[in-house]
Amino acid sequence: MSQVRKLETTLDELKTLFSDKAQTGETMVLNLGPQHPSTHGVLRLILELDGEEVVRCVPDVGFLHTGIEKNMEAKTYLKALVMTDRMDYLNNLGNNLTYCLAIEKLCNIEVPKRAQVIRVICAELQRIASHLVWLGTSAMDLNASSVLIYCFRDRENLLDIFEMIGGQRMMTSYIRPGGVWRDVPDEFVPAVNRFLDYLPEKLADYERMLTRNPLFMRRTIDIGIIDPSDAVERGMTGSSLRGSGINYDVRRAMPYSGYDEYDFDVPLEDGCDVYARYRVRMREFHESMGIIKQALDKLEPGPVITDDRKYSPPPRSELGNSMEAVIHHFKYWTEGFSAPKGEVYVATESPRGELGCCLVGDGSPKPGRVHFRTPSFHNLQSLSFMSEGYLVADLVAMIGSIDIVLGDVDR
Amino acid sequence: MNNHIEATIDQVRALHPEAIESVMNFREEPTLIVDATHLLDICNLLRFDSGLDYSLLVDIAFVDHYPNEPRFSLSYILHSLEKNARIRLRVQLSGKSPEVSSVTACWKSAEWPEREAFDMMGINFVGHPDLRRILMPADWDGHPLRKDYPLGYEEVQFSFNWEEIDSKKDYAKE
Repeated sequence: MSQVRKLETTLDELKTLFSDKAQTGETMVLNLGPQHPSTHGVLRLILELDGEEVVRCVPDVGFLHTGIEKNMEAKTYLKALVMTDRMDYLNNLGNNLTYCLAIEKLCNIEVPKRAQVIRVICAELQRIASHLVWLGTSAMDLNASSVLIYCFRDRENLLDIFEMIGGQRMMTSYIRPGGVWRDVPDEFVPAVNRFLDYLPEKLADYERMLTRNPLFMRRTIDIGIIDPSDAVERGMTGSSLRGSGINYDVRRAMPYSGYDEYDFDVPLEDGCDVYARYRVRMREFHESMGIIKQALDKLEPGPVITDDRKYSPPPRSELGNSMEAVIHHFKYWTEGFSAPKGEVYVATESPRGELGCCLVGDGSPKPGRVHFRTPSFHNLQSLSFMSEGYLVADLVAMIGSIDIVLGDVDR
Repeated sequence: MNNHIEATIDQVRALHPEAIESVMNFREEPTLIVDATHLLDICNLLRFDSGLDYSLLVDIAFVDHYPNEPRFSLSYILHSLEKNARIRLRVQLSGKSPEVSSVTACWKSAEWPEREAFDMMGINFVGHPDLRRILMPADWDGHPLRKDYPLGYEEVQFSFNWEEIDSKKDYAKE
Protein backbone atom coordinates (compact mmCIF):
# COMPACT_ATOMS: atom_id res chain seq x y z
CA MET A 1 0.00 0.00 0.00
CA SER A 2 2.81 2.36 0.82
CA GLN A 3 4.01 2.30 -2.79
CA VAL A 4 0.62 3.33 -4.16
CA ARG A 5 0.50 6.34 -1.87
CA LYS A 6 3.92 7.47 -3.00
CA LEU A 7 2.92 7.39 -6.65
CA GLU A 8 -0.05 9.63 -5.95
CA THR A 9 2.13 12.27 -4.35
CA THR A 10 4.36 12.20 -7.40
CA LEU A 11 1.44 12.95 -9.68
CA ASP A 12 0.61 15.90 -7.43
CA GLU A 13 4.17 17.11 -7.73
CA LEU A 14 3.96 16.88 -11.51
CA LYS A 15 0.88 19.10 -11.54
CA THR A 16 2.99 22.01 -10.31
CA LEU A 17 5.09 21.79 -13.45
CA PHE A 18 2.25 22.96 -15.65
CA SER A 19 0.25 26.18 -15.70
CA ASP A 20 -3.16 26.60 -14.10
CA LYS A 21 -4.72 26.49 -17.52
CA ALA A 22 -3.81 22.83 -17.73
CA GLN A 23 -5.87 22.15 -14.60
CA THR A 24 -8.96 23.76 -16.04
CA GLY A 25 -8.54 22.12 -19.43
CA GLU A 26 -7.83 25.28 -21.39
CA THR A 27 -4.53 23.79 -22.49
CA MET A 28 -3.91 20.13 -23.15
CA VAL A 29 -1.27 17.94 -21.51
CA LEU A 30 0.02 15.41 -24.00
CA ASN A 31 2.45 12.56 -23.52
CA LEU A 32 5.06 12.05 -26.27
CA GLY A 33 7.10 8.89 -26.06
CA PRO A 34 8.89 7.01 -24.55
CA GLN A 35 8.22 4.59 -27.39
CA HIS A 36 8.19 7.02 -30.27
CA PRO A 37 10.51 6.89 -33.28
CA SER A 38 11.21 10.61 -33.35
CA THR A 39 12.50 10.72 -29.78
CA HIS A 40 15.67 8.88 -30.86
CA GLY A 41 15.34 6.17 -28.25
CA VAL A 42 13.28 6.11 -25.10
CA LEU A 43 12.78 9.76 -24.25
CA ARG A 44 9.46 10.77 -22.74
CA LEU A 45 8.27 14.34 -23.11
CA ILE A 46 5.25 15.64 -21.25
CA LEU A 47 3.93 18.53 -23.29
CA GLU A 48 1.49 21.22 -22.36
CA LEU A 49 -0.09 22.41 -25.58
CA ASP A 50 -2.15 25.41 -26.49
CA GLY A 51 -3.62 24.21 -29.76
CA GLU A 52 -0.53 22.97 -31.51
CA GLU A 53 1.83 25.36 -29.74
CA VAL A 54 4.14 24.09 -27.00
CA VAL A 55 3.56 25.99 -23.75
CA ARG A 56 5.80 23.82 -21.66
CA CYS A 57 7.86 20.74 -22.35
CA VAL A 58 9.03 18.55 -19.47
CA PRO A 59 11.52 15.85 -20.45
CA ASP A 60 11.34 12.66 -18.41
CA VAL A 61 14.50 10.59 -18.69
CA GLY A 62 15.83 7.46 -17.03
CA PHE A 63 14.14 4.72 -19.04
CA LEU A 64 17.51 3.47 -20.20
CA HIS A 65 19.25 3.81 -16.84
CA THR A 66 21.38 0.72 -16.33
CA GLY A 67 23.51 1.75 -13.35
CA ILE A 68 26.76 1.79 -15.29
CA GLU A 69 28.51 4.07 -12.78
CA LYS A 70 27.53 1.80 -9.89
CA ASN A 71 28.57 -1.31 -11.78
CA MET A 72 31.98 0.11 -12.62
CA GLU A 73 32.75 0.52 -8.92
CA ALA A 74 32.42 -3.24 -8.50
CA LYS A 75 34.87 -4.13 -11.29
CA THR A 76 38.59 -3.67 -11.77
CA TYR A 77 39.75 -0.73 -13.89
CA LEU A 78 40.21 -2.94 -16.92
CA LYS A 79 36.93 -4.83 -16.61
CA ALA A 80 35.03 -1.59 -16.13
CA LEU A 81 36.25 -0.50 -19.57
CA VAL A 82 33.67 -2.64 -21.35
CA MET A 83 30.86 -0.77 -19.60
CA THR A 84 31.91 2.51 -21.22
CA ASP A 85 31.21 1.17 -24.72
CA ARG A 86 27.59 0.71 -23.81
CA MET A 87 27.02 4.24 -22.54
CA ASP A 88 26.86 6.30 -25.69
CA TYR A 89 26.37 3.55 -28.21
CA LEU A 90 27.25 5.75 -31.18
CA ASN A 91 30.55 6.87 -29.70
CA ASN A 92 32.01 3.64 -28.33
CA LEU A 93 35.65 4.37 -29.08
CA GLY A 94 35.29 7.93 -27.79
CA ASN A 95 33.96 6.66 -24.47
CA ASN A 96 36.84 4.18 -24.19
CA LEU A 97 39.23 7.01 -24.93
CA THR A 98 37.81 9.30 -22.24
CA TYR A 99 37.90 6.62 -19.59
CA CYS A 100 41.43 5.54 -20.53
CA LEU A 101 42.68 9.14 -20.53
CA ALA A 102 41.31 9.50 -16.99
CA ILE A 103 43.13 6.36 -15.84
CA GLU A 104 46.32 7.51 -17.54
CA LYS A 105 46.11 10.89 -15.87
CA LEU A 106 45.47 9.36 -12.46
CA CYS A 107 48.28 6.80 -12.77
CA ASN A 108 50.72 8.98 -14.77
CA ILE A 109 50.96 6.56 -17.70
CA GLU A 110 52.85 7.63 -20.81
CA VAL A 111 51.13 6.66 -24.08
CA PRO A 112 53.36 5.84 -27.09
CA LYS A 113 53.17 8.08 -30.15
CA ARG A 114 51.74 5.47 -32.51
CA ALA A 115 48.95 4.63 -30.06
CA GLN A 116 48.01 8.31 -29.82
CA VAL A 117 47.78 8.60 -33.60
CA ILE A 118 45.66 5.44 -33.83
CA ARG A 119 43.40 6.85 -31.11
CA VAL A 120 42.92 10.08 -33.05
CA ILE A 121 42.04 8.14 -36.21
CA CYS A 122 39.56 6.00 -34.27
CA ALA A 123 37.96 8.99 -32.54
CA GLU A 124 37.50 10.85 -35.82
CA LEU A 125 36.14 7.81 -37.67
CA GLN A 126 33.74 7.40 -34.79
CA ARG A 127 32.71 11.02 -35.09
CA ILE A 128 31.93 10.52 -38.78
CA ALA A 129 29.95 7.36 -37.98
CA SER A 130 27.97 9.14 -35.29
CA HIS A 131 27.28 12.17 -37.48
CA LEU A 132 26.06 9.84 -40.24
CA VAL A 133 23.48 8.37 -37.88
CA TRP A 134 22.52 11.86 -36.75
CA LEU A 135 22.13 13.03 -40.35
CA GLY A 136 20.02 10.05 -41.32
CA THR A 137 17.72 10.07 -38.31
CA SER A 138 17.22 13.81 -38.07
CA ALA A 139 16.51 14.04 -41.79
CA MET A 140 14.01 11.22 -41.43
CA ASP A 141 12.26 13.15 -38.66
CA LEU A 142 11.68 15.84 -41.27
CA ASN A 143 10.35 13.25 -43.71
CA ALA A 144 13.46 12.84 -45.86
CA SER A 145 13.50 9.10 -45.35
CA SER A 146 15.83 8.14 -48.19
CA VAL A 147 18.75 9.94 -46.47
CA LEU A 148 18.50 7.48 -43.58
CA ILE A 149 19.07 4.47 -45.80
CA TYR A 150 22.02 6.12 -47.58
CA CYS A 151 23.68 7.16 -44.30
CA PHE A 152 23.40 3.71 -42.77
CA ARG A 153 24.89 2.27 -45.96
CA ASP A 154 27.93 4.55 -45.57
CA ARG A 155 28.24 3.87 -41.85
CA GLU A 156 28.46 0.15 -42.63
CA ASN A 157 31.93 0.79 -44.12
CA LEU A 158 33.06 2.30 -40.83
CA LEU A 159 31.64 -0.56 -38.79
CA ASP A 160 33.64 -2.92 -41.02
CA ILE A 161 36.78 -0.94 -40.18
CA PHE A 162 36.01 -1.14 -36.44
CA GLU A 163 35.47 -4.88 -36.79
CA MET A 164 38.84 -5.09 -38.51
CA ILE A 165 40.68 -3.44 -35.60
CA GLY A 166 38.69 -4.58 -32.59
CA GLY A 167 36.87 -7.74 -33.65
CA GLN A 168 33.44 -6.21 -33.07
CA ARG A 169 31.36 -3.76 -35.03
CA MET A 170 30.30 -1.52 -32.18
CA MET A 171 31.42 -2.55 -28.68
CA THR A 172 35.09 -2.79 -29.55
CA SER A 173 36.82 -1.87 -26.24
CA TYR A 174 39.80 -1.35 -28.53
CA ILE A 175 41.34 1.59 -26.68
CA ARG A 176 42.92 0.33 -23.45
CA PRO A 177 44.67 2.04 -20.55
CA GLY A 178 48.18 2.82 -21.77
CA GLY A 179 47.50 2.57 -25.49
CA VAL A 180 45.38 0.39 -27.71
CA TRP A 181 44.62 -3.34 -27.57
CA ARG A 182 46.92 -4.34 -30.46
CA ASP A 183 48.36 -2.81 -33.58
CA VAL A 184 46.06 -2.13 -36.52
CA PRO A 185 46.11 -4.82 -39.24
CA ASP A 186 47.82 -4.19 -42.59
CA GLU A 187 44.52 -3.72 -44.39
CA PHE A 188 43.46 -0.91 -42.02
CA VAL A 189 45.18 2.03 -43.75
CA PRO A 190 43.99 1.08 -47.26
CA ALA A 191 40.45 0.62 -45.93
CA VAL A 192 40.46 4.06 -44.29
CA ASN A 193 41.86 5.62 -47.45
CA ARG A 194 39.17 3.94 -49.53
CA PHE A 195 36.54 5.34 -47.20
CA LEU A 196 38.03 8.84 -47.35
CA ASP A 197 37.89 8.68 -51.15
CA TYR A 198 34.33 7.38 -51.07
CA LEU A 199 32.66 9.72 -48.56
CA PRO A 200 33.05 13.26 -50.06
CA GLU A 201 31.01 12.39 -53.13
CA LYS A 202 28.22 10.95 -50.98
CA LEU A 203 28.27 13.97 -48.67
CA ALA A 204 27.87 16.20 -51.71
CA ASP A 205 24.79 14.13 -52.60
CA TYR A 206 23.26 14.64 -49.16
CA GLU A 207 24.00 18.35 -49.29
CA ARG A 208 22.22 18.47 -52.66
CA MET A 209 19.26 16.66 -51.10
CA LEU A 210 18.98 18.85 -48.01
CA THR A 211 21.01 22.05 -47.80
CA ARG A 212 19.12 24.01 -50.48
CA ASN A 213 15.94 21.96 -50.31
CA PRO A 214 13.12 24.49 -49.73
CA LEU A 215 11.07 22.04 -47.65
CA PHE A 216 14.03 21.25 -45.42
CA MET A 217 14.92 24.92 -45.07
CA ARG A 218 11.39 25.90 -44.07
CA ARG A 219 11.35 23.20 -41.41
CA THR A 220 14.72 24.22 -39.93
CA ILE A 221 15.50 27.92 -40.43
CA ASP A 222 14.45 30.09 -37.45
CA ILE A 223 13.30 27.01 -35.56
CA GLY A 224 14.58 26.23 -32.07
CA ILE A 225 16.50 29.47 -31.65
CA ILE A 226 18.78 29.60 -28.62
CA ASP A 227 20.95 32.66 -28.06
CA PRO A 228 24.67 32.18 -27.36
CA SER A 229 24.36 33.36 -23.76
CA ASP A 230 21.33 31.13 -23.13
CA ALA A 231 23.09 28.16 -24.69
CA VAL A 232 26.04 28.55 -22.31
CA GLU A 233 23.76 29.20 -19.35
CA ARG A 234 21.92 25.94 -20.11
CA GLY A 235 25.15 23.97 -20.32
CA MET A 236 25.14 23.16 -24.02
CA THR A 237 28.42 22.01 -25.56
CA GLY A 238 29.65 20.58 -28.82
CA SER A 239 28.18 21.14 -32.27
CA SER A 240 24.92 22.43 -30.78
CA LEU A 241 26.80 25.20 -28.96
CA ARG A 242 28.89 25.98 -32.02
CA GLY A 243 25.65 26.38 -33.97
CA SER A 244 25.05 29.36 -31.69
CA GLY A 245 28.39 30.83 -32.67
CA ILE A 246 30.43 30.05 -29.56
CA ASN A 247 33.90 28.86 -30.33
CA TYR A 248 34.37 26.08 -27.81
CA ASP A 249 35.82 22.75 -28.84
CA VAL A 250 37.63 20.62 -26.26
CA ARG A 251 40.10 19.47 -28.90
CA ARG A 252 41.21 23.11 -29.21
CA ALA A 253 40.63 24.37 -25.67
CA MET A 254 42.31 21.48 -23.82
CA PRO A 255 44.08 19.31 -26.42
CA TYR A 256 44.46 15.63 -25.63
CA SER A 257 46.06 12.73 -27.54
CA GLY A 258 48.15 15.21 -29.50
CA TYR A 259 45.26 17.12 -31.11
CA ASP A 260 47.36 20.28 -30.90
CA GLU A 261 49.58 18.91 -33.67
CA TYR A 262 46.74 18.70 -36.18
CA ASP A 263 45.56 21.48 -38.39
CA PHE A 264 41.77 21.79 -38.41
CA ASP A 265 39.03 24.39 -38.26
CA VAL A 266 36.27 24.59 -35.67
CA PRO A 267 33.15 25.21 -37.79
CA LEU A 268 30.94 27.99 -36.42
CA GLU A 269 27.52 29.24 -37.51
CA ASP A 270 25.62 32.10 -35.96
CA GLY A 271 22.08 31.19 -36.94
CA CYS A 272 21.41 29.69 -33.47
CA ASP A 273 18.68 27.54 -35.06
CA VAL A 274 18.24 23.94 -36.21
CA TYR A 275 19.64 24.80 -39.64
CA ALA A 276 22.81 26.29 -38.12
CA ARG A 277 23.43 23.13 -36.11
CA TYR A 278 22.92 21.12 -39.29
CA ARG A 279 25.45 23.26 -41.15
CA VAL A 280 28.03 22.91 -38.36
CA ARG A 281 27.84 19.12 -38.36
CA MET A 282 27.99 18.92 -42.16
CA ARG A 283 31.22 20.92 -42.07
CA GLU A 284 32.59 18.78 -39.26
CA PHE A 285 32.52 15.76 -41.55
CA HIS A 286 35.14 17.46 -43.72
CA GLU A 287 37.25 18.60 -40.76
CA SER A 288 37.29 15.05 -39.38
CA MET A 289 38.36 13.69 -42.74
CA GLY A 290 41.17 16.26 -42.82
CA ILE A 291 42.36 15.18 -39.36
CA ILE A 292 42.32 11.50 -40.36
CA LYS A 293 44.39 12.27 -43.48
CA GLN A 294 47.02 14.08 -41.38
CA ALA A 295 47.00 11.28 -38.82
CA LEU A 296 47.59 8.62 -41.47
CA ASP A 297 50.72 10.54 -42.50
CA LYS A 298 51.93 10.57 -38.91
CA LEU A 299 51.42 6.83 -38.49
CA GLU A 300 54.95 5.53 -37.98
CA PRO A 301 56.02 2.11 -36.72
CA GLY A 302 56.44 1.73 -32.99
CA PRO A 303 54.85 0.27 -29.87
CA VAL A 304 51.09 0.72 -29.43
CA ILE A 305 50.82 0.24 -25.68
CA THR A 306 52.95 1.42 -22.79
CA ASP A 307 55.82 -0.85 -21.75
CA ASP A 308 55.11 -0.26 -18.06
CA ARG A 309 54.18 -3.80 -17.16
CA LYS A 310 52.06 -2.73 -14.23
CA TYR A 311 49.54 -1.20 -16.61
CA SER A 312 49.83 -3.33 -19.75
CA PRO A 313 50.07 -7.09 -20.30
CA PRO A 314 53.49 -8.47 -21.35
CA PRO A 315 53.67 -9.73 -24.94
CA ARG A 316 53.07 -13.43 -25.47
CA SER A 317 56.68 -13.98 -26.60
CA GLU A 318 58.05 -12.95 -23.18
CA LEU A 319 55.94 -15.41 -21.23
CA GLY A 320 58.02 -18.43 -22.27
CA ASN A 321 61.35 -17.12 -21.01
CA SER A 322 60.77 -14.57 -18.25
CA MET A 323 59.44 -15.39 -14.80
CA GLU A 324 58.79 -11.70 -14.16
CA ALA A 325 56.62 -11.49 -17.25
CA VAL A 326 54.56 -14.45 -16.02
CA ILE A 327 54.04 -12.75 -12.67
CA HIS A 328 53.01 -9.50 -14.34
CA HIS A 329 50.71 -11.39 -16.69
CA PHE A 330 49.04 -13.17 -13.78
CA LYS A 331 48.70 -10.06 -11.63
CA TYR A 332 47.40 -7.95 -14.52
CA TRP A 333 44.64 -10.34 -15.53
CA THR A 334 43.53 -11.39 -12.04
CA GLU A 335 43.96 -8.59 -9.53
CA GLY A 336 44.38 -5.77 -12.02
CA PHE A 337 46.39 -2.66 -11.27
CA SER A 338 45.93 -0.20 -8.42
CA ALA A 339 45.53 3.51 -8.99
CA PRO A 340 46.73 6.09 -6.46
CA LYS A 341 44.34 8.07 -4.29
CA GLY A 342 43.04 11.22 -5.88
CA GLU A 343 40.43 12.71 -8.13
CA VAL A 344 40.93 13.66 -11.78
CA TYR A 345 38.62 15.06 -14.40
CA VAL A 346 39.28 14.53 -18.09
CA ALA A 347 37.31 16.02 -20.96
CA THR A 348 37.18 15.01 -24.61
CA GLU A 349 35.13 16.23 -27.53
CA SER A 350 32.58 13.55 -28.33
CA PRO A 351 30.40 13.91 -31.45
CA ARG A 352 27.73 15.40 -29.17
CA GLY A 353 29.82 17.73 -27.00
CA GLU A 354 32.08 17.66 -24.02
CA LEU A 355 32.33 14.15 -22.63
CA GLY A 356 33.96 14.23 -19.23
CA CYS A 357 35.07 11.52 -16.87
CA CYS A 358 35.62 12.19 -13.20
CA LEU A 359 37.62 9.32 -11.79
CA VAL A 360 38.35 8.87 -8.10
CA GLY A 361 41.05 6.42 -7.13
CA ASP A 362 41.08 5.01 -3.61
CA GLY A 363 44.32 3.02 -3.79
CA SER A 364 42.60 -0.26 -4.64
CA PRO A 365 42.37 -2.07 -8.01
CA LYS A 366 38.75 -0.94 -8.35
CA PRO A 367 37.72 2.64 -9.08
CA GLY A 368 36.35 4.44 -6.02
CA ARG A 369 33.94 6.40 -8.18
CA VAL A 370 33.50 6.94 -11.88
CA HIS A 371 31.27 9.78 -12.92
CA PHE A 372 30.60 10.65 -16.53
CA ARG A 373 29.63 14.11 -17.63
CA THR A 374 27.66 13.09 -20.68
CA PRO A 375 26.95 15.69 -23.34
CA SER A 376 23.45 14.41 -24.22
CA PHE A 377 22.29 14.78 -20.61
CA HIS A 378 23.36 18.40 -20.48
CA ASN A 379 22.22 19.28 -24.00
CA LEU A 380 18.78 17.79 -23.41
CA GLN A 381 18.26 20.21 -20.53
CA SER A 382 18.00 23.06 -22.99
CA LEU A 383 15.17 21.42 -24.94
CA SER A 384 12.36 22.69 -22.73
CA PHE A 385 13.67 26.26 -22.95
CA MET A 386 14.27 25.99 -26.69
CA SER A 387 10.88 24.56 -27.58
CA GLU A 388 8.58 27.04 -25.85
CA GLY A 389 6.32 28.76 -28.33
CA TYR A 390 7.04 26.48 -31.27
CA LEU A 391 4.81 23.82 -32.82
CA VAL A 392 4.93 20.14 -31.92
CA ALA A 393 6.31 19.34 -35.36
CA ASP A 394 9.18 21.78 -34.75
CA LEU A 395 9.91 20.12 -31.44
CA VAL A 396 10.72 16.95 -33.35
CA ALA A 397 13.17 18.87 -35.53
CA MET A 398 14.82 20.28 -32.37
CA ILE A 399 15.27 16.88 -30.76
CA GLY A 400 17.08 15.79 -33.90
CA SER A 401 19.21 18.92 -33.95
CA ILE A 402 20.66 18.56 -30.45
CA ASP A 403 21.66 15.00 -31.38
CA ILE A 404 20.94 13.11 -28.18
CA VAL A 405 21.63 9.46 -27.51
CA LEU A 406 19.47 8.13 -24.70
CA GLY A 407 22.09 5.64 -23.59
CA ASP A 408 24.30 8.65 -23.02
CA VAL A 409 21.60 10.55 -21.12
CA ASP A 410 20.65 7.76 -18.74
CA ARG A 411 23.84 5.69 -18.43
CA MET B 1 48.60 26.96 -13.23
CA ASN B 2 47.59 29.61 -15.69
CA ASN B 3 47.44 33.28 -14.75
CA HIS B 4 43.69 33.57 -14.79
CA ILE B 5 43.29 30.77 -12.26
CA GLU B 6 45.87 32.35 -9.96
CA ALA B 7 44.01 35.63 -10.22
CA THR B 8 40.75 33.83 -9.46
CA ILE B 9 42.13 32.19 -6.35
CA ASP B 10 43.61 35.50 -5.16
CA GLN B 11 40.33 37.29 -5.66
CA VAL B 12 38.31 34.63 -3.84
CA ARG B 13 40.84 34.70 -1.03
CA ALA B 14 40.63 38.47 -0.78
CA LEU B 15 36.83 38.65 -0.71
CA HIS B 16 35.94 35.49 1.21
CA PRO B 17 39.02 34.59 3.26
CA GLU B 18 37.02 32.50 5.72
CA ALA B 19 35.46 30.36 2.97
CA ILE B 20 38.58 28.66 1.60
CA GLU B 21 39.61 25.53 3.43
CA SER B 22 42.51 24.62 1.17
CA VAL B 23 43.84 24.83 -2.38
CA MET B 24 44.99 21.72 -4.20
CA ASN B 25 46.67 21.14 -7.52
CA PHE B 26 46.54 17.37 -7.97
CA ARG B 27 47.62 16.38 -11.52
CA GLU B 28 47.60 20.04 -12.54
CA GLU B 29 43.91 20.44 -11.82
CA PRO B 30 43.46 23.49 -9.59
CA THR B 31 40.90 22.76 -6.89
CA LEU B 32 39.46 25.10 -4.30
CA ILE B 33 38.05 23.32 -1.31
CA VAL B 34 35.46 25.65 0.15
CA ASP B 35 33.14 25.71 3.10
CA ALA B 36 29.64 24.59 2.12
CA THR B 37 27.94 27.54 3.81
CA HIS B 38 29.86 30.00 1.59
CA LEU B 39 29.39 28.09 -1.67
CA LEU B 40 26.72 30.38 -3.06
CA ASP B 41 28.76 33.55 -2.35
CA ILE B 42 31.76 32.16 -4.16
CA CYS B 43 29.66 30.92 -7.08
CA ASN B 44 28.07 34.36 -7.40
CA LEU B 45 31.51 35.91 -7.50
CA LEU B 46 32.91 33.47 -10.07
CA ARG B 47 29.86 33.65 -12.28
CA PHE B 48 28.97 37.33 -12.27
CA ASP B 49 32.28 39.13 -11.73
CA SER B 50 33.08 40.44 -15.20
CA GLY B 51 36.80 39.86 -14.77
CA LEU B 52 36.41 36.21 -13.78
CA ASP B 53 33.51 35.15 -15.99
CA TYR B 54 33.12 31.44 -15.34
CA SER B 55 30.09 31.24 -17.59
CA LEU B 56 29.95 27.47 -18.16
CA LEU B 57 29.17 25.06 -15.36
CA VAL B 58 30.59 21.92 -16.90
CA ASP B 59 29.55 19.37 -14.34
CA ILE B 60 28.81 18.55 -10.73
CA ALA B 61 30.60 15.34 -9.79
CA PHE B 62 29.46 13.73 -6.56
CA VAL B 63 31.50 11.23 -4.57
CA ASP B 64 30.72 9.09 -1.54
CA HIS B 65 33.73 8.52 0.76
CA TYR B 66 31.90 6.14 3.10
CA PRO B 67 32.85 5.23 5.86
CA ASN B 68 35.07 8.33 6.14
CA GLU B 69 33.80 11.69 7.33
CA PRO B 70 33.02 14.12 5.79
CA ARG B 71 31.23 11.52 3.78
CA PHE B 72 30.20 13.27 0.56
CA SER B 73 32.06 15.61 -1.71
CA LEU B 74 30.69 17.63 -4.60
CA SER B 75 33.01 18.90 -7.32
CA TYR B 76 31.76 21.82 -9.37
CA ILE B 77 33.78 22.07 -12.55
CA LEU B 78 33.70 25.61 -13.89
CA HIS B 79 34.99 26.82 -17.22
CA SER B 80 35.69 30.31 -18.42
CA LEU B 81 35.12 30.39 -22.18
CA GLU B 82 36.69 33.82 -22.52
CA LYS B 83 39.96 32.96 -20.76
CA ASN B 84 39.94 29.23 -21.49
CA ALA B 85 40.55 28.42 -17.84
CA ARG B 86 39.06 25.69 -15.73
CA ILE B 87 38.78 25.45 -11.99
CA ARG B 88 37.14 23.02 -9.61
CA LEU B 89 35.23 23.99 -6.48
CA ARG B 90 34.81 21.24 -3.98
CA VAL B 91 32.53 21.17 -0.96
CA GLN B 92 32.49 18.43 1.62
CA LEU B 93 29.29 17.38 3.33
CA SER B 94 28.65 15.29 6.40
CA GLY B 95 26.93 11.94 6.13
CA LYS B 96 24.14 12.72 8.58
CA SER B 97 22.19 15.33 6.69
CA PRO B 98 23.99 16.23 3.47
CA GLU B 99 22.69 19.62 2.49
CA VAL B 100 24.06 22.44 0.39
CA SER B 101 22.58 25.48 -1.31
CA SER B 102 21.59 25.08 -4.94
CA VAL B 103 23.58 27.01 -7.54
CA THR B 104 20.71 27.12 -10.05
CA ALA B 105 20.55 30.89 -9.47
CA CYS B 106 24.04 31.20 -10.97
CA TRP B 107 23.82 28.58 -13.71
CA LYS B 108 20.51 27.25 -15.03
CA SER B 109 22.42 24.20 -16.21
CA ALA B 110 22.89 23.11 -12.58
CA GLU B 111 19.29 21.97 -12.48
CA TRP B 112 19.69 18.46 -13.85
CA PRO B 113 23.09 17.63 -12.34
CA GLU B 114 21.72 18.59 -8.92
CA ARG B 115 18.67 16.44 -9.46
CA GLU B 116 21.01 13.60 -10.40
CA ALA B 117 23.05 14.08 -7.22
CA PHE B 118 19.85 14.13 -5.19
CA ASP B 119 18.57 11.00 -6.88
CA MET B 120 21.79 9.00 -6.73
CA MET B 121 23.36 10.22 -3.47
CA GLY B 122 20.49 11.74 -1.51
CA ILE B 123 22.05 15.18 -1.25
CA ASN B 124 19.53 17.92 -0.54
CA PHE B 125 19.92 21.12 -2.56
CA VAL B 126 18.30 24.01 -0.76
CA GLY B 127 16.56 26.41 -3.13
CA HIS B 128 16.37 24.08 -6.10
CA PRO B 129 13.22 24.84 -8.12
CA ASP B 130 12.27 21.26 -8.95
CA LEU B 131 14.12 18.70 -6.86
CA ARG B 132 12.72 15.36 -8.02
CA ARG B 133 14.30 12.05 -8.92
CA ILE B 134 15.59 12.11 -12.46
CA LEU B 135 16.98 8.71 -13.43
CA MET B 136 15.36 6.32 -10.96
CA PRO B 137 11.59 5.77 -10.80
CA ALA B 138 9.73 8.28 -8.62
CA ASP B 139 8.75 5.65 -6.05
CA TRP B 140 12.25 4.23 -5.61
CA ASP B 141 13.61 3.66 -2.11
CA GLY B 142 17.18 4.66 -1.31
CA HIS B 143 19.97 6.30 -3.25
CA PRO B 144 21.78 3.80 -5.48
CA LEU B 145 25.24 5.36 -5.77
CA ARG B 146 25.84 5.44 -2.03
CA LYS B 147 28.56 3.03 -1.02
CA ASP B 148 26.32 1.31 1.52
CA TYR B 149 23.66 0.59 -1.10
CA PRO B 150 24.07 -3.02 -2.29
CA LEU B 151 24.76 -3.72 -5.93
CA GLY B 152 21.77 -6.06 -5.88
CA TYR B 153 22.58 -9.41 -7.35
CA GLU B 154 19.57 -11.64 -7.78
CA GLU B 155 19.86 -15.23 -6.61
CA VAL B 156 19.20 -17.69 -9.42
CA GLN B 157 16.14 -19.84 -8.99
CA PHE B 158 16.75 -23.58 -9.58
CA SER B 159 14.47 -26.53 -8.95
CA PHE B 160 16.13 -27.33 -5.62
CA ASN B 161 15.67 -23.83 -4.16
CA TRP B 162 12.61 -22.71 -6.10
CA GLU B 163 10.29 -22.48 -3.17
CA GLU B 164 12.80 -20.93 -0.81
CA ILE B 165 13.42 -18.03 -3.19
CA ASP B 166 9.78 -17.81 -4.14
CA SER B 167 8.85 -17.30 -0.50
CA LYS B 168 11.18 -14.25 -0.33
CA LYS B 169 9.56 -12.53 -3.30
CA ASP B 170 6.93 -10.03 -2.34
CA TYR B 171 4.99 -10.03 -5.58
CA ALA B 172 2.16 -12.35 -6.62
CA LYS B 173 1.11 -12.83 -3.01
CA GLU B 174 -2.34 -12.48 -1.55
